[in-house]
Amino acid sequence: MSSSSNSHTSTIGAIGAPSRRNTELALLVFAVVIPLFAYMNVGLAISGELPPGMLGYGLGLGLLAGVAHLVVRKFAPYADPLLLPLATLLNGLGLVVIWRLDQSERLQQLGKASFGAYNAAAPKQLLYSAIGIALFVAVMMLLKDHRVLQRYTYISMIAAMGLLLLPLVPGLGKNIYGAKIWIQVGGFSIQPAEFAKIVIAVFFAGYLMVKRDALALASRRFMGLYLPRGRDLGPILAVWAMSILILVFETDLGTSLLFFGMFIVMLYVATERTSWIVFGLLMSAIGAVTVASFEPHVKVRVDAWLDPFSKEVINQTGTDQIAQSMMAFGSGGTLGTGLGQGNSDLIGFAANSDFILATYGEELGLAGVMAVLLIYGLIVERGVRTALAARDPFGKLLAVGLSGAFAIQVFVVAGGVMGLIPLTGMTMPFIAYGGSSVIANWALVGILLRISDTARRPAPSPAPNPDAEMTQVVRP
Amino acid sequence: MSELTLTVMRLGFLAVLWLFVIVAVQVIRSDLFGTRVTQRGARREGAGRAAARQQAAPPPQRAQSGGRQRRGAPTKLVVSEGTLTGTTVALQGQTISLGRAHDSTIVLDDDYASSRHARIYPDRDGQWIVEDLGSTNGTYLDRTRLTTPTPVPLGAPIRIGKTVIELRK
Repeated sequence: MSSSSNSHTSTIGAIGAPSRRNTELALLVFAVVIPLFAYMNVGLAISGELPPGMLGYGLGLGLLAGVAHLVVRKFAPYADPLLLPLATLLNGLGLVVIWRLDQSERLQQLGKASFGAYNAAAPKQLLYSAIGIALFVAVMMLLKDHRVLQRYTYISMIAAMGLLLLPLVPGLGKNIYGAKIWIQVGGFSIQPAEFAKIVIAVFFAGYLMVKRDALALASRRFMGLYLPRGRDLGPILAVWAMSILILVFETDLGTSLLFFGMFIVMLYVATERTSWIVFGLLMSAIGAVTVASFEPHVKVRVDAWLDPFSKEVINQTGTDQIAQSMMAFGSGGTLGTGLGQGNSDLIGFAANSDFILATYGEELGLAGVMAVLLIYGLIVERGVRTALAARDPFGKLLAVGLSGAFAIQVFVVAGGVMGLIPLTGMTMPFIAYGGSSVIANWALVGILLRISDTARRPAPSPAPNPDAEMTQVVRP
Repeated sequence: MSELTLTVMRLGFLAVLWLFVIVAVQVIRSDLFGTRVTQRGARREGAGRAAARQQAAPPPQRAQSGGRQRRGAPTKLVVSEGTLTGTTVALQGQTISLGRAHDSTIVLDDDYASSRHARIYPDRDGQWIVEDLGSTNGTYLDRTRLTTPTPVPLGAPIRIGKTVIELRK
């Protein structure tokens, strides 16, 4: 073909993607079957018989996935075929591992000792997943076009600020183990930062879309770097100051890192200037070191990161979570001990939320953790791919921001649990126990699917024009 | 549960998990889209219209009708003037449509061209015929404006707006 191609007229045109909904359905079935297999495996390993709730969980997860699929089929027929199955698989695996930790007698006793009674987490997590899917469905049905969000650029800035500051409001905010990132409404603890990350992505996308030319073009070149003008540094300084304030007052490294990192990623994508990344890394390093030197809670976390096995640190923090987590990863080895056969419950408190990856590390081993991380990577890849395919700059920036936030969150949590960076109070999206996280991340996936539907939808065929012979179509 | 069963399940689960990842990557591989260079030369006109509707154009069919061609028959069509200068299309017995319509074989980017301006096709003897499709500004063979389908001699300039097309060996 190539030898004779030069004798033909070549036309370069966009190929519209087919809708791929059946591919999604097939993958979705696969993504529901895998957690069921895991569930069976855990039951057989722990009690030697099939778990009693297997049918219920399977039907529940299958029903949720089916509803999500039908809604996507109806409202976003050209959306990405992979995002939904990947998210479903992570959510399902998370449910199984949370259920597996529910079976641990050690954790049950710990729960009774500290709260008086042990509440099984898996049914609650299933409920949160259902609420998450409901929000996903709502996003799909109500958000017909992601560009609508562009109108709310500055409102979302205020909303995000409000959400971030809520935990500091006296009476509403709740200090759980040193970090003030929760609020208490009724009987529920909510982590507003999880929702703020979506809202603030909308603000950054709308803001950078307008300002990116000024930020990209007005700069001087110095030592291979483009130095922005002093006044263009304003926004980055403001976001930096905000993330430092979060770090100081809420003492949460994760949230602070998430927002600043997100801003840097979006700034880089909007302006194509490497210098922003250099500035961002420098500023976050300066900020983190400065705060860690005087804020006791952050300092303890840093000490625990530097030397997790020292007696001093364990006495100081009152827990050997990080040490236990690293032991769990180590004892898992390459292929793991098998589901339900590890001792990751030794982590104790937060074994099923912040530290849930350690259970994967122990029971599925390096092979399993790599697969899980790859699935996260694929979700991020699909987000970035959506950004590449999106036609409007706002959609591009929003998709990059959301997938960037997702990636940073995975990095911050996985890095914290594995001892690469200091531990933070964030949760692994989808697999960790926690209502806010699951619900917010389903909404995030919903928005990404909406953008990808718009991006992949083939251009509408031009209406037949009776005057076509006379007039000329001017294409933009 | 026996140790063996659990080991088999453990390894089986990892295999299934990785299988999912691999299947997902395969889906991505088959899902690559964006721009693709489409060979439009050998596409028949009827198929061309249908293919423009369906987004993914099928690879062009290579109609080998060389045996029927006479000696001295033109083998290619060359655009010698206008914005598409240098474009060639191999003549393989297919109809070539010319016009601004984006499903034409040669899409003319010419203010004086109509969307379906003219077509060039072989008759039963393999003689190439040019026919004006009721264009606004007309199709000229040499200096004469076409009114009926006319055989095209080798090397005669067919003029559409600012574009000149010739058949060559």
